[in-house]
Amino acid sequence: MPAVADLATILREKFPQITARPSGDCPAFNVPAGEVLAVLQHLREAAGFAMLVDVTAIDWSAAQSPRFTVVWHLCSLTGHSYVRVAADCADDAQPAMPSASSLWPGANWHEREVYDMFGITFPGHPDLRRILMWDGYPYFPLRKDFPLAGLEAPLPDAEVAAETAVGLLPAPYMGGPFVATPGETMDEAEPRARDQSWTEERDKPA
Amino acid sequence: MASEFNFPDSAAKTAAAESTPETMSINMGPSHPSTHGVLRLQMELDGEVVTRADPVVGYLHRGDEKIAENMTYNQFVPYTDRLDYLAPLANNVAYAIAVERLAGLEMPPRCQAIRVIISEMARISSHLMGLGAFGIDVGAWTVFLYTFTEREKLYKLFEELTGARFTTSYTRIGGLARDVPEGWTQRVNAFCDQFLPILEEALALLTRNRIFVDRTAGIGVISKEDAIAYGLTGPNLRGCGVPLDLRKDHPYCGYEQYEFDVPVGSKGDCYDRYLCRGEEMRQSVRIIKQAVKNFPGGDWYARDARRIFAPPKDKILTSMEELIQNFMLVTEGPQMPPGEVYFEAENPKGILGFYVVSKGGGVPWRLKIRSPSFCNLSILPKVCVGAMIADIVSILGSFDFVMGECDR
Repeated sequence: MPAVADLATILREKFPQITARPSGDCPAFNVPAGEVLAVLQHLREAAGFAMLVDVTAIDWSAAQSPRFTVVWHLCSLTGHSYVRVAADCADDAQPAMPSASSLWPGANWHEREVYDMFGITFPGHPDLRRILMWDGYPYFPLRKDFPLAGLEAPLPDAEVAAETAVGLLPAPYMGGPFVATPGETMDEAEPRARDQSWTEERDKPA
Repeated sequence: MASEFNFPDSAAKTAAAESTPETMSINMGPSHPSTHGVLRLQMELDGEVVTRADPVVGYLHRGDEKIAENMTYNQFVPYTDRLDYLAPLANNVAYAIAVERLAGLEMPPRCQAIRVIISEMARISSHLMGLGAFGIDVGAWTVFLYTFTEREKLYKLFEELTGARFTTSYTRIGGLARDVPEGWTQRVNAFCDQFLPILEEALALLTRNRIFVDRTAGIGVISKEDAIAYGLTGPNLRGCGVPLDLRKDHPYCGYEQYEFDVPVGSKGDCYDRYLCRGEEMRQSVRIIKQAVKNFPGGDWYARDARRIFAPPKDKILTSMEELIQNFMLVTEGPQMPPGEVYFEAENPKGILGFYVVSKGGGVPWRLKIRSPSFCNLSILPKVCVGAMIADIVSILGSFDFVMGECDR
């Protein structure tokens, strides 16, 4: 099992641009987006990280740039250790990251999920469709500018919409717990809070 | 093939010459008894042979990761029950350990022992359900009656411990909701003693059963290389001959203190996956019995974690300091340092991972749930091709997936 320092030297030899990423658990590296595939392949072949356990992304909020970071977790079956590889997407408006599905076919679904939730595209992916939301859903729900309450979305089936005369699906969590739209008071946003809306200044409603 | 076969009569010859290769599209699910929830498969059939299979998931998507970003760490514990809802206790434990790793907390031995016992009980209960349902899928109804009776006994014990049978929400960040009740560990031990002979009886109904073996042996074969490349975990991976078990390879929660074996399959077919689950239940009983025998005393929560775990109730009601501490914990959540952590636990269905990104404070910035069922199902387009339509039911049964976890 290569120790943390070893792993860093193995990688630095070949990829001088990578930097260590602060991490409390396993070795972690920041990699330029263009070199990600080569680094992942090198980790698999030279350091024995045979299994890609997870691919995910982080949205650092619309105000930040770079806004999206894609994170890979690899596991070594022989050394029983993990490594984390992270890469920032260069373009905040049209984020993209090379697809690892040619290295691990298991990356296929993970990347579809990242695309579905964050709108990050993976050039080289064989079949980049939505996976959890339905085809034709207009938003990317895990982006930070997507509200927890959800947004109204067109009904996926045009025939049903024509038949029922209902064109929109309501925002799924509106009025639910933990949802408050900015600018609204608590009792407007959340019906359950209504009887608790009295304060020192305002009388308890009858 | 048709040209090599010598047809005896001319009518059949004409029919063979005229038949054109035609495929049929078949949709299975999302409400189909053998899809164990809301998995949908779109398949192309050539006769009875599947030529293409496309799983459609997401029917149970509730946006758990989005919800997690909007509540404190402890508020998310009930949501983890609803991931793999056949083993909620194991999910609770995995989530709690992940967040505790972020805070750098180490649990006292008693807490770890309780967590090991409940994780293994959850494993037994999940495998019992999996085996029973697998039996029904391939036409062996009786097994289900045995396994469901045993599962009910486990649920009685869960209810006594947590107050709920199904949605247990038992762990807290930095400890547990409460200590074990008086005499509970002895009752767990008594359950294990009576369970082993019944398990043997239930497994004996399948292991050498001609129909069961015919329907599962050599069906849905997955090679070692494919299993690793697709990120399969749990009994599905071990059935293919890869001995990856995080309890042994990357021990957490004090698993290194217990003696147990990791069963591994040789062929990677549905029958091997069944055998692995059967053996894992025996091993889980072994672990539980060791944990009960050497059940440690002392604290069952991290006493030093003042800004993470709530103080004792009697102190909250009598002391100002503890009252404030509890108030801060409830309103602002357990205070975590900034950073990121990835933790995986060996759950009944496979490896459940939590990737937590914190910017400090009581709410995660990002919480990614790496669910084993999602990864296990991603190999379906490969495994189903070439199988007969009736084998799809065996393959799905042997995968033992849960859609609550797959779709999150």
